[in-house]
Amino acid sequence: MAVLVVADHDNAELKDTTAKTVTAALALSPDVDVLVAGKGIAGVAAEAAKLSGVRKVLSAESDALGAHIAEALSGLIVPLMANYDAVLTPATNVGKNFAPRIAALLDVAPLSDVQQIVDPSTFVRPIYAGNALETVSSDDAKKVITVRATAFKAAEHGGSAPVEAVDPGPGAPHTRFVSEEIVKSDRPELAGAKIVVSGGRAMGSAEEFHRVIEPLADKLGAAVGASRAAVDAGYAPNDYQVGQTGKVVAPQLYLAIGISGAIQHLAGMKDSKVIVAINKDADAPIFQVADYGLVSDYKTAVPELMAALTAAGK
Amino acid sequence: MKVLVPVKRVIDYNVKARVKSDQTGVDLANVKMSMNPFCEIAVEEAVRMQEKGVATEVVIVSVGPLQAQETIRTGLAMGGDRGILIQTDADPEPLEVAKLLAAVVKAEEPKLILMGKQAIDGDNNAVGQMLSALLGWPQATFASKVEVSGETVKVTREVDGGLQTLELDLPAVVTADLRLNEPRYASLPNIMKAKRKTIDIKTPDDFGGLAAGHLKVVRVTEPPKRTAGVKVENAAELVAKLKTEAGVI
Repeated sequence: MAVLVVADHDNAELKDTTAKTVTAALALSPDVDVLVAGKGIAGVAAEAAKLSGVRKVLSAESDALGAHIAEALSGLIVPLMANYDAVLTPATNVGKNFAPRIAALLDVAPLSDVQQIVDPSTFVRPIYAGNALETVSSDDAKKVITVRATAFKAAEHGGSAPVEAVDPGPGAPHTRFVSEEIVKSDRPELAGAKIVVSGGRAMGSAEEFHRVIEPLADKLGAAVGASRAAVDAGYAPNDYQVGQTGKVVAPQLYLAIGISGAIQHLAGMKDSKVIVAINKDADAPIFQVADYGLVSDYKTAVPELMAALTAAGK
Repeated sequence: MKVLVPVKRVIDYNVKARVKSDQTGVDLANVKMSMNPFCEIAVEEAVRMQEKGVATEVVIVSVGPLQAQETIRTGLAMGGDRGILIQTDADPEPLEVAKLLAAVVKAEEPKLILMGKQAIDGDNNAVGQMLSALLGWPQATFASKVEVSGETVKVTREVDGGLQTLELDLPAVVTADLRLNEPRYASLPNIMKAKRKTIDIKTPDDFGGLAAGHLKVVRVTEPPKRTAGVKVENAAELVAKLKTEAGVI
């Protein structure tokens, strides 16, 4: 049984989530192919070919695939599934967008946000905003799986799989790309960062969020995150949101600054290795999951933390 | 333009789900149930379209137990015109729900389907995409802005790293994300008015029948609990612990 991994990329770079999904795929089968679908993706395909355990890289190019349009992706992948028993992709907004379509067209049940593969037909996935874990078995001959990438180790580099171009498929005749606004940042990407610094509603304004959270993140080489409350209040852009309805992160170190710790936020960061909480409210629920808690107003604590980091050679 | 809004009755957003001790599922007995928050956003968007004269009729449909009538009624109180309940006590999987909805679409012939991006119980995030695929209609998920003009709809979507805008030919499926709008509270007169609006109670057999599911729930468990660690006195102590004890900086 061969399985197909659909790569996560932005046409320029292969995302780390792909390497993690390859690891998940190898739990199903030793025969793992990676599909890189996009536009101008020769470099991405070459990167994918270096992942250990990959048998072959398929590359498909069109404008619609370059814009990650779901109809184009499912139209490309469904015929390819004649050769595969499962397709896996990270549970990013792109993956969540196209994977269920493939399942519908193959008449199988999609398996969303899988965080553990018990055996090739049994999977563990979070439900109820991560307040429960569901173990499900699927009797479908072909499986369509989105993977919670943070739950898997990245496949190493060291492979040299061949790259094969495939027909890009029918495209998306009724869907047109108009524009995109992608926030460019020199900081590491939130979903894959080793350290994440997140700010909450306590920041009080977008200016304060930039003034307090960003310098601390830059000092630590960290990605910037935010609670839903901070995003809803307009202090931070929506793609900063960490939580069940935003991004799920599991860095080595997660610093929550002025975040109370609503259930939906905890669902997005509770698998971090070390959690630090700074909050002036000693009863804030965030302290119940924090390895290190500092009960203090961020206005004094963050400058002191910056100074202490400088003193420690950071 | 007729707009169809599928909605789901789920555990209330503010209630913490508790796993049953026999690990068969989440305990929903005597728990407050409400309309799924993302569905509420979809209803709100449809009602706003009607207020602007873009939508001519807003039909609210739900697949669920008899009590899901209350959920439909909530949507009617927000401004929906009529409801359809496909009554079943089974807890159908997303694929089966999508098939029933596809049959409703064939009968109702809406031009736009507006629905929540996911239900907060199963967290599958699948029905909208599956419905779009089954119908062969274009889709735009995770919408934060929806503008209908003539035979097309322009949708701004929340994607990884920012926003993407797509233009779809109608008919189309659009799923709502959190920031599309803030749903209204229904006023008392509108709640009273909603009591007189029609809800057709149907069965899955009226829409091609309910197929058996593909998945078997082996068990439902509580996630591993994190325990609270230590409190530190100041930033210097914190940095020292992160460096020597945790080794993460």
